Amino acid sequence: MHPLAETIQARFPDGFLTAQEWRGDLAVTVKREALHAIGRFLKDDPSMDCDYIVHVSSVDWPDEEERFEVVYEVYSIRHRHRIRVKTRVPEHDCFVDSLTDIWPGAEFMEREVFDMMGIRFNNHPDLRRILMPDDFPEGYPLRKDFPLQGKGWRDTFDFLNEGTAS
Amino acid sequence: MGLIQIGKKHEKDGDIGVITLSLEKAANWARKGSLWPMTFGLACCAIEMIAAVSSRYDVDRYGAGVFRGSPRQSDLMIVAGTVCRRMAPVIRKIYDQMPEPKYVISMGSCATSGNIYDSYSVVQGVDRFVPVDIYVPGCPPTPEALFDGILKLQDQIMQKRVFTKQPEQVRPRDKAIG
Repeated sequence: MHPLAETIQARFPDGFLTAQEWRGDLAVTVKREALHAIGRFLKDDPSMDCDYIVHVSSVDWPDEEERFEVVYEVYSIRHRHRIRVKTRVPEHDCFVDSLTDIWPGAEFMEREVFDMMGIRFNNHPDLRRILMPDDFPEGYPLRKDFPLQGKGWRDTFDFLNEGTAS
Repeated sequence: MGLIQIGKKHEKDGDIGVITLSLEKAANWARKGSLWPMTFGLACCAIEMIAAVSSRYDVDRYGAGVFRGSPRQSDLMIVAGTVCRRMAPVIRKIYDQMPEPKYVISMGSCATSGNIYDSYSVVQGVDRFVPVDIYVPGCPPTPEALFDGILKLQDQIMQKRVFTKQPEQVRPRDKAIG
């Protein structure tokens, strides 16, 4: 196993689930309850020192029991290593602890995950939609059960009836 | 050039440089020769629009080179690129702010029909909420194709009536929405 993954496993034996390595990229799957502590460890521990959050994204696995996967990718500028941290979330309990207090750069990316996939982040300072309008009526567009062409929003132009027509 | 083509020499005064033509044609001729487009690049089509303005292609040769950043100073909106639904109210508001007479060119497949982006967020054609005069096909259209659209628009402007009432069917989209 990758030495970084071994370090994480030794430090968090309960929260650590699996580690995958593919062409030099390390991906660690952790329990959702341990995500925030592992994030803090990755940021603060001198041997990790992951000071740069590359992206936050999410995956929908519609046939699996824990349907959603939240993916954080962090990078250490000093050590030049990159770790991808994944955690699984079931649909009926769609919450993850926000890592915005560790990496402020995660704020907008977590908002995007919330906007597109409907996963909520505990302790997020400003959890609103970011790409779609605040009153978007159709749910979460990147979920696999969302129809590709939407539910009619793209064809309704309610602003045409407001104000002065040309 | 244009005046001599559209007017005719007066039979008596032919040799002293006087021509007569209807005021309507003169107004249309003036309008078509000074189109002030507004920059409205939404996606990659904007690059071709910029190329059309620059020195190599030079849209100024057709009198449509004074690109403005404000809708209140322009009379031609070139919608260049994919129209997202969230952009739609902005486009409509800007169109409403343009003074009459105003024209709209839908540049490229995306603005015309949504192109391949048959998705929840892309409007399937800008003509769903703004009346379009000319559709320029292409993905993206070349500057020459955009010129062809501008020339077609100029032909169309010459057909318009300025001082008499416009026939009802000229802009059906204005009536259809709502």
